[in-house]
Amino acid sequence: MTIFKLRLFITGRTPQSQRAINNLRSICETEIQGAYEVEVIDVLEHPALAERDKILATPTLVKRLPEPIRKIIGDLSDREKVLLGLNVEVLAKETRA
Amino acid sequence: MTAQHPPMELSKLPTGIVGFDQIANGGIPKGRSTLMAGTAGSGKTVMALQFLLAGVREFGENGVFVTFEEAPADLMQNVRSFGWDLEGLVTTQQIAVVDATPEPGEETVATGAYDLSALLARIENAIRSVNAKRVILDAIGALFPQLTDANVIRRELHRIAAGLRLLGVTTLVTMERTEEDGGVGRWGVEEFVADNVILLRNRLEHEKRRRTVEILKFRGATHHKGEYPFTIDSEDGVTIIPLSAIELKQHSSNVRVSSGVPEIDAMCSGGMYRDSIILVSGATGTGKTLMVSQYIKAAIEAGERALLFAAEESREQLTRNAANWGVDFEKAEQDGLLHIICRYPEVMGLEDHLLQIKRDLRDFKPQRVAIDSMSAFERVSTPKSFREFVIALTSTIKHLEVTGLFTNTTSMLAGGESITETHISTITDTIILLRYVELQGQMRRGLTVLKMRGTPHDKNIREYMIDNKGMHVLAPFRGVHGILSGAPTYTFDEERVRLGGLFNPIPEI
Repeated sequence: MTIFKLRLFITGRTPQSQRAINNLRSICETEIQGAYEVEVIDVLEHPALAERDKILATPTLVKRLPEPIRKIIGDLSDREKVLLGLNVEVLAKETRA
Repeated sequence: MTAQHPPMELSKLPTGIVGFDQIANGGIPKGRSTLMAGTAGSGKTVMALQFLLAGVREFGENGVFVTFEEAPADLMQNVRSFGWDLEGLVTTQQIAVVDATPEPGEETVATGAYDLSALLARIENAIRSVNAKRVILDAIGALFPQLTDANVIRRELHRIAAGLRLLGVTTLVTMERTEEDGGVGRWGVEEFVADNVILLRNRLEHEKRRRTVEILKFRGATHHKGEYPFTIDSEDGVTIIPLSAIELKQHSSNVRVSSGVPEIDAMCSGGMYRDSIILVSGATGTGKTLMVSQYIKAAIEAGERALLFAAEESREQLTRNAANWGVDFEKAEQDGLLHIICRYPEVMGLEDHLLQIKRDLRDFKPQRVAIDSMSAFERVSTPKSFREFVIALTSTIKHLEVTGLFTNTTSMLAGGESITETHISTITDTIILLRYVELQGQMRRGLTVLKMRGTPHDKNIREYMIDNKGMHVLAPFRGVHGILSGAPTYTFDEERVRLGGLFNPIPEI
C-alpha cells in the first residue's frame, strides 16, 4: 500500500546529494516502511521537471501524497523536522483503520 | 596596464531603452550582471522588461525572464497596456520564462544544508532553450521570505551571477529598496551581486511624482553621473531624458523668417534666423499672444506649417482673438498649416509634457513652433526640473531646425525680470522685451530687442501700439531713462518740449 509519494530533487552526484539520499532512505525504512514510493530526480539532467515543480533549492523533497503537497528543503539531516514535514502520523491512523 | 594590454573599456550592450544608452555611454556592461534597485513603483520591472523586449525587437537577441514576485501571467497582463505581447514572444520561443514565485499557501521546511542549484539549472535550461543573450531576474528580494537563510541566499545569488557570466549573458537584476536614499538594498545583496548598480527613484516633488534614474557605478566602464528624469507611458514605455548628455551640435541657418511684425523684422536686420529660438517676455496684456498670432500668420502666409502649444487659453479664445487681428486660425487648421494643442500644465508632470510635445512635433512636422506661455509650465515644477524641461525642449526644437517662439509672462507690470528669464535667456537666441512705460500718467508700451545672436539689431526702446490690425512699432522713446527698471525719468529737454505742448506760446525760462 503506497501512502507516501515522494520526489527528491538533487543536483548531480555531490556529497550533499548523497547525504540527502541516505537520510531519506534511512527515514523511510524506519518510519514508513512499505508505504512509500520515491523518485530521485537530478535537476541537471531534467531541468524541465524542476521547472514543472517550481524547485528553487536542492536538495528538495516534495511530498506529493498524502495531500497537501509540501516541500522540504535541505539535506534532510534534521530528522524531527523531516518527520513533521512528512506528517507521518497519517501512517499510524491508516494502519489503525 | 602593460604594453601588451592597452587600457580598454568593457564592452557595453545597448539596452534599447530610449535615452538610457546615452547616459550609460553605450549600454550596460556586456556579459555582466547589473543591479537595478528602486522603491516600490519606481519602474524597475517595466524597465527590465523593456530591456528584454528591446533585445528581441531591435537586436534580435532572445531573452529569459525570471520572476520571483509576480506570477508570469499577471506580469504579462500588466504590460499589455504598453502594447507588449510577451505571450506571443514566449510562444515564438524568443523569450523563456522561469517562474520562481512562491506557491500560494505553500510552506517550506528547511532540514539541513541546501543551495540554489535547481534555480540555476532552470535558468541555464531556459537560456539554452531560446539561445538567450539577455536575462532579467525580477525582484530577487522576494526570495528572502521564501527561503529562511539569508546568508545562503546571498552566497547563492553570487554563484548564480557567476554562472550567468560563464554563459556570456547580460543580466539585469531588480531589487526593491525601502527608501529613496541610503543603502542600495535591504538584504545586503549589493555587496555580492553588483559590480554595476543603477538606482531608480520616484520622488514626490510639489505634489507631483518625478521619476529619475541614476547610474551609481559601472565597474571598469564609464557612464554619465547624476540623476536623469524619465517617464513611463503607454506608447513608448520608459523614456529617459538625457539632459546633460544632449549635444550642442545644431546646424545654424542663415535663412531668415518673418516674425510677423514688419517693424520688428527691420529691427532685427531682416527677420529671425530659421533655426533660432525667440523669447518674447512681458507682463500680462502687453501683447505676447498677439505676437504669437502674428508669428503664426507669417508662417501661414509663407505656406509653412505651425504648431501652437497653448498653456493658458482655450482654442476658442485663441481663435477668436486671432480673428480680431485678422488671422484665420480655423481655416489654417483646416488647410493643415496649423495645429493648435491646448494643454494645461497641471495635467501632467513636465517630463510627460516634454515627451508629449516631442511626439506632437514628430507627428505634425512643423516649420514653426510657438509655446504660449513657457512660464505657465514653471508653475507646476521645481526650478531644477523646469530648467531641464526648457533645455531639453530647446534642444529638440533646434535639432529639428524649426523656428521656436516662447512667451514668458513677467510678474511686474513695468520693468523687472522673473526667474524664468534667467532660466531661458541663455538658451534662447533672440529676446524681445515688451514693457509697460508709465509716461505722464499714461500707460504706454515699449519694446526692445534685448539680444539677437549672430546679427546686429536695433538697440532702441521703441513705442508700440496695438489696434485691430495688430501690432505697430513706432519711434524710439526719446528723453526717457530707466524704462526697463520700471521707474522712468525724463531729461530736462524733453520736459520743456512737453510743457511746450501744454502752453502756447512757449514760455521762456
